[in-house]
Order: sequence, then C-alpha cells, then structure tokens
Amino acid sequence: MKKSHASFDKDHALHQLKHYLPTQAPLKDFIHHNTLHAFQEKFFHTGLAEAAQIFGYKVYLSLEEYQTLYAGGKIKDEVLDKILETQENDGPKITKDQLLSARSEDTLIPRIGRLRSTWKSQFRIDLDSLVHPTLFRIIGSYLDQGVAIWNFPHNDEGLLSSMRELEKNSLTSFFRTNKVRSLLVSGEFTTESLLQTIVGDETLFEQYLMDQQCAHPGWSGIVAVIDDNPGALTDARKISLDEFIQLELLMEIDALDDHFGSIWAPLATRMPERPTPLFADVVPSETQRLQRLWQDAYEWTFYNNVLSGIKVSRVETEKSTRSFQSIFCIDDRECSLRRYVEEEDPNCGTYGTAGFFGVEFYYQPEHGKFYTKVCPAPVTPKYLIRELESSKSRKKDFHFGKHTHGLVLGWIITHTLGFWSIVKLFLSVFKPAKSESSVSSFNHMDEFSTLTIENTNGEMSPEGLQIGYTLTEMTDRLENLLRSIGLIDHFAPLIYAVGHGSSSVNNTHYAGYDCGACSGRPGSVNARVICHIGNHPVVRNMLRERGIDIPTTTQFVGALHDTSRDEISFYDVDVLQEKNRMLHAENEVHFNNALTNNARERSRRFMSINTRKSAWKVHREVKQRTVSLFEPRPELNHATNTLCIVGRRSLTENLFLDRRSFLNSYDSTTDPEGKYLLGILNAVAPVCGGINLEYYFSRTDNQQLGAGTKLPHNVMGLIGVANGTDGDLRTGLPSQMIEVHDPLRLLVIVEHDPAVVLKTMKINPATFEWFENEWVKICAIHPLTKELSLYKKGTFEPLIYLGETPPVAEDIEAIIGKEHENIPVYLLKTV
Amino acid sequence: MEWYINLFIVLPFVGFFLSLLIPRKQEVWLSRLSFTTVGLQLFSALYFSILWLLKGAHVINLKEFSIFKAKDYDFYIDFYFDGITLTYLIIGALLTFIITVYSQYYLHREEGYKRFFNVILLFYLGYNIIIFSGNIETLFIGWEVLGLSSFLLIAFYRDRYLPVKNAVKVFSIYRIGDVGVIMAMWLSHHLWHENISFFKLNNYELVHEHLAEHSMLGFTIAFMFFISAAAKSAQFPFSSWLPRAMEGPTPSSAIFYGSLSVHIGAFLLMRTYPFWEQQTSFRVFVVLIGVVTAVIATMSARVQSTVKSQIAYSSIAQIGLIFIEIACGLQEVALVHVAGNAFLRTYQLLVSPSVVSYKIREQFYNFVPRKETIEDSWPKRVEYTFYMLSLKEWNLDSFMYRNMWNPLKKLGSRWAFLTFKNVYYFFALTFFAGLVLAMNPDFVPLRLKPFLPLLFGLIGLLMVIKAFTERMSVRLSWSLIIMNHLCIALAISFNKHFDISHHIWYLSGVIVCGAIGYLCVQRLRNQGEWVSLDRFYGHVYEHPRIALVFLLACLGVSGFPITPTFIGEDLIFSHIEENQILLAFLIAMSLIINGLASIRIYARIFLGPHVKTYHETAKRSS
Repeated sequence: MKKSHASFDKDHALHQLKHYLPTQAPLKDFIHHNTLHAFQEKFFHTGLAEAAQIFGYKVYLSLEEYQTLYAGGKIKDEVLDKILETQENDGPKITKDQLLSARSEDTLIPRIGRLRSTWKSQFRIDLDSLVHPTLFRIIGSYLDQGVAIWNFPHNDEGLLSSMRELEKNSLTSFFRTNKVRSLLVSGEFTTESLLQTIVGDETLFEQYLMDQQCAHPGWSGIVAVIDDNPGALTDARKISLDEFIQLELLMEIDALDDHFGSIWAPLATRMPERPTPLFADVVPSETQRLQRLWQDAYEWTFYNNVLSGIKVSRVETEKSTRSFQSIFCIDDRECSLRRYVEEEDPNCGTYGTAGFFGVEFYYQPEHGKFYTKVCPAPVTPKYLIRELESSKSRKKDFHFGKHTHGLVLGWIITHTLGFWSIVKLFLSVFKPAKSESSVSSFNHMDEFSTLTIENTNGEMSPEGLQIGYTLTEMTDRLENLLRSIGLIDHFAPLIYAVGHGSSSVNNTHYAGYDCGACSGRPGSVNARVICHIGNHPVVRNMLRERGIDIPTTTQFVGALHDTSRDEISFYDVDVLQEKNRMLHAENEVHFNNALTNNARERSRRFMSINTRKSAWKVHREVKQRTVSLFEPRPELNHATNTLCIVGRRSLTENLFLDRRSFLNSYDSTTDPEGKYLLGILNAVAPVCGGINLEYYFSRTDNQQLGAGTKLPHNVMGLIGVANGTDGDLRTGLPSQMIEVHDPLRLLVIVEHDPAVVLKTMKINPATFEWFENEWVKICAIHPLTKELSLYKKGTFEPLIYLGETPPVAEDIEAIIGKEHENIPVYLLKTV
Repeated sequence: MEWYINLFIVLPFVGFFLSLLIPRKQEVWLSRLSFTTVGLQLFSALYFSILWLLKGAHVINLKEFSIFKAKDYDFYIDFYFDGITLTYLIIGALLTFIITVYSQYYLHREEGYKRFFNVILLFYLGYNIIIFSGNIETLFIGWEVLGLSSFLLIAFYRDRYLPVKNAVKVFSIYRIGDVGVIMAMWLSHHLWHENISFFKLNNYELVHEHLAEHSMLGFTIAFMFFISAAAKSAQFPFSSWLPRAMEGPTPSSAIFYGSLSVHIGAFLLMRTYPFWEQQTSFRVFVVLIGVVTAVIATMSARVQSTVKSQIAYSSIAQIGLIFIEIACGLQEVALVHVAGNAFLRTYQLLVSPSVVSYKIREQFYNFVPRKETIEDSWPKRVEYTFYMLSLKEWNLDSFMYRNMWNPLKKLGSRWAFLTFKNVYYFFALTFFAGLVLAMNPDFVPLRLKPFLPLLFGLIGLLMVIKAFTERMSVRLSWSLIIMNHLCIALAISFNKHFDISHHIWYLSGVIVCGAIGYLCVQRLRNQGEWVSLDRFYGHVYEHPRIALVFLLACLGVSGFPITPTFIGEDLIFSHIEENQILLAFLIAMSLIINGLASIRIYARIFLGPHVKTYHETAKRSS
C-alpha cells in the first residue's frame, strides 16, 4: 500500500523539531533566553496553555501556591476583584469562590509521548531504556570537548560517517544485531525508510519523531544548536539533527529486532486509537483559566505597587552639574549599587545602559587561541580587539589533569599528591580561598595590558575582522551611547563606565553569571574600550562637530564591578589629569563604601550570613562565599527581576525597588522622535525579556524547563550538565538560582509620550512580538504629566486603577536587616 | 583503653538515632548534631590512635556479647583493632568530618536535608561496624547497613526515574556481595566448627592445619570473600555499578563512591588475608582479577566523557592495583594507597563542577585540534575495537542483565498461572504436604530423604523468582516473598538437627514484617491509591510515613539486622550440612532475590516519578 508522498515532509519535521527543542548553547556560552520561545508568536496565555497541554510543562504556579500567596497578602484582594471584573469572555464566568477553593487536577497527561507510548502499552517493550543509555554515551563522547582523554575517533563527515568507520573496523559493535550493523555500514537507508520500518504509517512520522526527540530534549537540543551553529563548539564536530535521528531510529530497530526476532509489525499496526495530533487546537482547561486570572492578579499586585511609586516621582526640569557621572549596566544587579553610590555622594549622577557600552567586537586575550564575542548575542561584530603585553599567568591544578586517570601515573599520584588532596580538602572547607579552580571576573583581561582599540592602517585579522575601530567608527559609537542615555551636556570631570562580571567556584553555569549584554562575559574590555574612545582627543573634536561638547577637563574611567564579590577595579587611571586623579581617589572611597553597603543588602537573602553584623564583616563573608567550594549560591543573579525602567533617573531615584529592576537611562526630551528609544527597546525585549522568562519558566517547572537542583549535576563533555552519569542534558536554570524568584512577567516602563512609544516599538517586528503578545508588558509614563498608560491589544490605554502611594521608609536599612523575603516598594524620601 | 572501642560504634549510633528525632525543617539542629557526632568521632579517633601507637600498637580483640548461643554455634559481637582498622578509622573520620561540614552549607534548602544527614550517619555507623568488626558476623551487620545506606543515598532524588533505577541496580550487585559473606560464614562454620574470630585467623598454625585438610573448602571460602570484596569495590566483573551510583548530591558521591564505600572491599581482603595467605592459587587469582580490572577500568576511564564517571573508573583501576598489592602481601603499601586514592578521588569529585571553567580556560589558551593519544599508534582494528569496548564498559553492565536478570525474568514469566487468588491454595497445599512429611519423617522413603530439602528449597526459590518478576500485583509479590521464607524453613526442617526455636528466630521477623508490609499496602489502597508493579508510582510524595514503615517491613523480610530474622538466616545456614552445597546455593539464591524483590516493591510503589502530575515531575530521561 503506497501512501501519498506529501504526508511526510522531512524538512518540515526537522524545522518543527528545532523550533520546539530547547536552544541552549554549550555551557561556555550560556545565554538567557525565553525558554518557551517556540510559543512566542502566540498570545502569552494562549501559548502557555498550548505548552502545558502539548508538552506537559508547568507554566504557572499551582492553584494552591496562588491561594497561599493570596492568604499571605502577596496577591491583593482588590486587585483580584478587579481582574475578575475584567476577565475575558472565553467561557463561563469565573467566580471568586472558584478561585479560592479550586484544587489542582492531578492527571494531566500531555500529548507528547502518547503515540510512542504504544510500544510500552501494546508491545510491552521499553525502548527508551534499551536505546537511551547507548545513544547518550555515543553522542556524549562524539561531542565531548575535552573530558575524555581518548577521543571518539571521528572524521569530518559527521556522526554517522564516523560511526560507520568505527563499525567497519572493529571486532565489536554498538548494535545488538548484525542486521542493523550492516545496514549502518551499507548506508542504504533514509530517515523515511527507517520510519517506515518502525512506524509504518507515513501520516504519523512527524509526530513519532517529536515524541522520540522530546523524550531527551537536552541532547537533541544541543545537537540542533550545533547543527545550526557549528561554531558553538571549540573542538569542531560535524553533526546534523537528521543523522542523530537516524542513529536513534537504527538503534530502535536494533532493539526491536533483538527483542522480537527479525519479524515484527510496525507501531501503527497495533495502535489502539489514533492519538490526537500534537498541534491540534488547544482549549484551555478549567484549571488553566483559573491560573491565568491568578497570574494576572499576582502580577498586577506588584505592578500597581511599583507604578504608584513611579507616579509620584519628581518632575525633572533642570539639569545640574554633578560631582561625577557613572554609567552602569542595565543589569538588575546594579539597581541597588546605583542607589548606594548616590547615597554616598548625593551630587553624583548614575546612568544605565546595556553593559557592552555600544562597542561591539570580538576580544582575543593575549595567547588566546579563540575570539570571544563581547556584545549582545544577536549582534555579529565586524571588529576584533586584541590584548597585548599581558603579564597574567595561569596556574595549573593537578586535580584536573589527565595523569590522575592513568594507571601507573595514577599510582604515583595517589601515593604522593593524593595526600596533598586531603590538605586542600581541609583548607577548602575551613579556610576557603581563591584557587585555580575558581572563576574570577578580573581574569578576563589583564588590567595592565594594552588593547588594540584604534585602527589606523586598515589592519584586518585573517578571518576578515577589522582590528580596532577607525576614528569615525569610534565617534559614532560614543555619540550613540551618550545620546541614548541622554548624557549630552553638563559633563562632570569624571565619567565612569562600569562593566560587570562575577566570580564563583564549582559553578558550571558561570557564564550565566556574567554580563548578558556581553554574551556572558565580564564587561571589563568594553568598559576600557569606550573610555579610551571617550578620552581620544580627535574623537572629542569630531563629537564636538556633531554637537556634543565634552570639556577637556572631563575624563572617562573604565571599571569592572564584580557582582558576587562586590569589588571594583578601575582601569587606566594613570592617564588621569592631576586634578582628576585626586577627585578619583575620593570617588574610589565612595564606590567602595557603596559596594560594602550593597553586599550587606544582598546578604539579607543569604541564610548563612547575619545581615545585622557590621557591614564590613558582612562584606567579607559575602566575598568568602565566592571562593567556597561548598557554596552553591555565590550570588542570586537575576532572581526576583520583574521590571525594566527606561527613563531618567528622576523616575526611580526616590524609590526602593529591591534590586528587581533593570534600569536603562533615557531622556525623551533629547530624543522626541524616539530614534534612540528603538535601539533600547531592541535590546531590552530580548535581553531583559529573555532573562525574565527564563527565570519565570525555570521557576514554575524546574524539573522540565529548569535544570533541577545543581547538587547532583555531572559535567558532560564540558558542554552541559546531567544528573548522574547516564541521563539527558539538563537545560534551563538550576533550582538554586530561581528559588527566591517570583514568576512575574517583566514590566517595561518607558518614560515618553505613548504615541511615540507605540510607533517606535512597532518598527522592529521581532521586538514588537514580545510586547504585542504580552510576553513582556509595557507601560508608558508621560514625562511631563506623569500619566500612565498600558499597552494592550494594539493601543496604549490610560491606566485606571492604581494602588495607594507606597509608604515612606523611615529607616530602609532596618527593613533590609530583618526582612528575608521580597520587600515592597518604598519611597526613600518624602516627596 | 580497650573499652574506648565501643565508643566508636556508640557515637555514630547515638548520632544517627538522635538525627531521626529532629524535625525535618530544623537545618541548624541537624547540622549541629551531625557536626558534633563526626567531630567527636574524629577527635576520639586521633586521640585513641596516638594512645594505641604509644602503648606499643598491640592488636586488640574485644569479645562483646553473644546474641544467640547453641551447641557449637555462637553468634557474638566482636570488635578488633589493628593497623588496618586504624588506617580506615582515620581516613573515614577525616573524610566524613570534612564532608559533613561541607554538606551543611551545600545542602542548604535542599528538600531532603534531614534525610541526607540521617543516611550519612547511618552509613558512618555501618562503616565503623565493619572496620571494627572482630568476626564475620559482626562485619556482616555493618555490611548490611552500608548496603542499605548506599541504596538510600543513590535514590536520594527519589522522585526521578534514573536515581531509583540505578539505586536498585547497585543494590542488586551489593546483594550478590552480601550472599558471598553469608556463604563464607556458612562454610567457615563447617571448616572451624565454631564462629571464628579474625583474631584467631592470625594463628598461622591453626589456619595451616585446617586448610591442609580442606584445601577445596578453603579456596571456596576465600572465593566467597572475594566475591563480596569485588562487588563492594567494583572490581571485575562488577565494575559498572560505580559510575551509576553517582546520582546523589556531589559530596555524598565523593565520600561514598569516591572513597569510603569502594575501599571496603579492599578492607575485607586485608582483614581476611591471614586466612588465604597460604593459598597461593587464590592469591594468583586475586592478582589476575586485579590486573584485568586495572586494565579495563583504565581504558574505560580514558574514554569517559563525563567527569564523575571518569573519576569512578580511575578509582576502580587504582583499587585493582590495591587488590594486587594485598595479594602480594604488601599490606602497608596497600594501606597508603587506599588513603591516597580515597583523598584524591574525594577531592576530585568535590571540585568536579569546576572542571568546566578550568578546562575551557585551558582549552582557550592551549587548544590543539586532534591531539594524538597513545592509542593512535595501534593498528586501526585494535584501536577501534578497544575504543568501542571501553565505551561500552566492556559490556559489564549488559553482562549482568543478560546472564542474571533476563533468565530470571524468563523463568518467572513461566509461572503466570499464579495469581493472588490462587497462590494461597497452591501454597497451602504444598506447605501442608511438606509439613506432614517433616513432622513424620518415617513416612519418607529413605532414598527420597536427601531430595526433600532440595525440593522445597527449589519451590521456595521459584516462588521468590516469581515475586521478583511479577509485573502487576503487589500483594501477590509480597505474599510470595513471605512464602519463600516459609519454604526455606520447611526445607531445613528435613535436616537432622531440627530445632523449632531456630525457626522461631528465623520466621518471627518475617511474619511480623510481612504483616506490617501487607497492612501498608492495604492502607494505601484504602486511601484510594493505585498500586501495582508495572511502573514507579512515587507515592512517597504524598505518603512519606507509610513509605517509611513499608521500608522497615521490607528490611525485616529481607533479613536486615533489625529483626531476629537476621540471626535466623545465619542459623538456618548452620543447619545446612557441609555436603548440601546445592541446598546452600538454592537458599543463597533465594536470599539474594528475596531482598531484591522486596526492595523492588518498595521502589515501585513509593519511589520514582509520582503518578500524579499536579506538581513538577522530571522527564524520565533526566
């Protein structure tokens, strides 16, 4: 019986798979993204309903959790009433009683996997347990980046070709039966022919592949990522998702042959009933409708709290001269540091912008064999900046060396250095200190090295990257940066550009701790580069012609803030003029005090530290955490992030936002058309939205969308982590990173005329999708009238409901000292 | 001074016991208690060791008390202290102390914080019982405790599929080791006609005299010790369990499978060394296995692409060398090697997450594509064959499946006609007939007599095989386990020294725990829960208390040292005659499978991904 050829389209199937599989890069390039990006083209709640019913993900908190939040006042009664009033008309009206009394359903069976479960239910064979261990072992070894000492004998043709070579020249086999082995060696098969053997019904092929690959999304996902971007691996391996699927299909046939003998009927012959097609329409369940309302109420309880605080902010009319100005990263971890810096020196001005400071390039440290991208992930830079004259040396640690795994050398090592291990073990527990195994953000670049920032002779790298920037390119970038944050006059004598990075040890997800705007690297090089540009006399002249006059007495200083240690390092201070040098010395004290206070504020989340000790002691303990092997939480990263405020500092300077906000400086008065706003929104949506949603989904379903607890994690081939030694790769964030996070969508607040915001956000369809489908909420606050309006279904509507104005915190330090949970918004000074 | 030895057992026991009483949420109390326990132990260990060394380092043998005594049978607790104990004591105390402190922080906010410290202390108790044991019986108590704590630790993340599956797998290997000890106990009893202490084994003449008469028996006993040692130390052919055991939190993997637990096999060999020292053939055998293990494990380590499994195989290879050293009589070298290996692997495992940043940094600066390795110089066919074999772990994992569990499954499925409804009739009939025959030995024709114990032993074995392979009914499986014990008791009854009190010892625990287990299942069913053996149900999520009670019941029926059945099992064996090797084998097999079947029931009902999906559940593959 021949079926129509049109019913299975392999390219479509592969495309679908790549769309729905996790797109997490290897560990070294860990970058936050929306875990459910595949559903982003749908309206948020609709997409979530689909994700839940098709893939079985938990996409909201459970009803019981919401009810507990409600009982604890974390979801306000009046907000809930309001949400109930305005609920959508997509079914019977939900009452408050229902919300308060409903219980979770306990038997939601997702669509994924149903077709393939026929093997178990009808054929009584557990294919997964027969295939997975060997499959994972093969793919893990093939992709391994440097754990194994004896590598998979691979060739440049790909996975199957390498395996063919192996099988041909070996006395043993990965397969159980000779038949499949010969089939692999002969190469006479296609994905379709294998599926025909196993499934037998062409209309089910695609669904079968979805079931099969989503049974191990980690490995399939990384294969798909490498397929699309071979450069993701340092030690290159050619592989395609298609051949990975073929291998799995071959192994399935092998297992079936071995179990049933060479004759067995394909899956379709014994299917009790045709399974629901995976992507058939989804009707939200009763529970999901309730969760939607709860989620909205949960979010609005917080949003109201913030908006009512923003609303009473100062109307900025006049700019004043500042003692110094400091540009930080937009990162939510800088939110509190800026507050403390301003507290130390109320006369200073702080700004926020994406932490690559508008200079996009690849960076090559001295002796580095590779280039590292240090700008947002979607950007492909055309520039290379090299580090020269570095004097940093790297120490070795024999514990990671391959000799310990040898037989004879291992014998010698266990007898000698083995006893050094117990000493190190003892010290690492009782006297933790920086070691070769730890990651330090300050190692990204040697502070005394020189960088090839300026290109005078058109020099190019062998790959065709321009080494450094020309003067015009430099001026463009500096102008762009200054205009986007609204810093075009009233320059202080010193302007700091503070990048950030993070130090930790025993942390497989270290790249996720660094600056997201620098592709998961510390922002130190970028900070140095932008300051070099800012200090360049020719650039200054050119900039002056473009209308920005930076006085010669003003100088830029680059710095790096270590967010886990709360330390700062300043770069190239020797170029400072005498007077500025003295000013800098004063500022350095301010920065250090601010960092200590910041460390103290962070410590309220760390149970092992008593926040009420002296700030200095607390800071020391905070630093200690970052070098302690036994500390799974050197910092809490972006946990609790919920806000992104795009506007002048006057909007937020009087607010206590509890480190929950990304802050991007923007002055609408200097950009009435929204020209620079576009660039900001283009970065905010994917970067901040991506971070926020990854935290959101890792929190609601830490088992499937997150990586589970990190304590049992085992490093697989340096590209990922798994539990134990024979499991699937775990994607998403470990539970230690998200446990204090409240899953709330990001609320972007833009200080501009709503009409301009609307026009601007629609320009880039990719950016607009985030807002239009409400994966990120956006609100506009009018710079003059302070009127708030919310984007909903195509327009900005004035916000009707607002909560009470937040209370004024008499002593915010005292609140920080005793509160472990989230702190609501407070006004810092009486307005 | 000798009195101090008790302290090393009592301290961990008290610590463990108290840790059970602390409420689950009290992290601080739990960590303080654990810290105090292991801290005191470390302090006393150091103090005691120095004192002992200063006083001339004389071997201490401390006979404690008899638990059960009969004619030439004496189950007594005995403690022993010598250089081997000292080394293991210091290694254990140091590492446990450090790991405990480490874990206080590392496990903060983890769901099973209390469980973790309970199990660590239980493990520590078992470890100390073993290293201080002065006879096989005492050692066996520790041996069982160690096995159980390993199971609980591997299945620490009990709501996921793989940890539970691997825990059962490791438990099954341990079970083989357990039976090695039981068989060795039985055979020694026949060799010495008493429950010999390790102290007496130091008497060269005594050993020599006995072995001269029974060289075959001597070899078999040594071989049984070896099976146990090899299983615990992941030697060939049992190696593949060790990487699979790395499922718990990293520090627990580090201390259990990186250091203390895997070196216990080496301890057993050293402890029994005086016994097999004079058997050259056995020593050659140990060396051979050591060499095979070392080579295979080294090659496996070289191809591992995961950090923890690589460390596991390197450790196995070194233990292979340790076995060789022991067999060559280089005990001091072996002890130093044990310490070095334990320290090194523990630290390597603890810092294993750092491998990512360290190696990526290394690679960034020193990358050489396609680094040549020694294997590249081999002929292609040899290279590829060895590569693939190493990657497949020399088929050791599938070997156990193909040759052990699959045949059992096939055998069990033949008994499909047994259902929960009819099994009682079948059993009642058989058992009654057997009972009648046992009570009236005169009925039995003389020539049939030797076969009756075998027959009932066989029926018992088949029952427990059916219990182990039953796919649906929990009650059927559970009943069969109990019936297996009854059959064994019956089979022994045909032997000469039939003593009803011994049976009471043996069966009391089984019956009581059997009833408790049955009630647990019934209670679950009454609460509307679906229980079956066709998948993991994960009921511990909602019914942790029932799960705990049921676990205790499982331990009871499988002869764990919490009920008289533990002694009973040994007693039963003492009734098996020297020439009834086959009967001994049947009963030993029964006991292996019995323990497995009951732990399997526990795992299937209570562990694994929860059947209800209202909360987060991990994918099966994770």
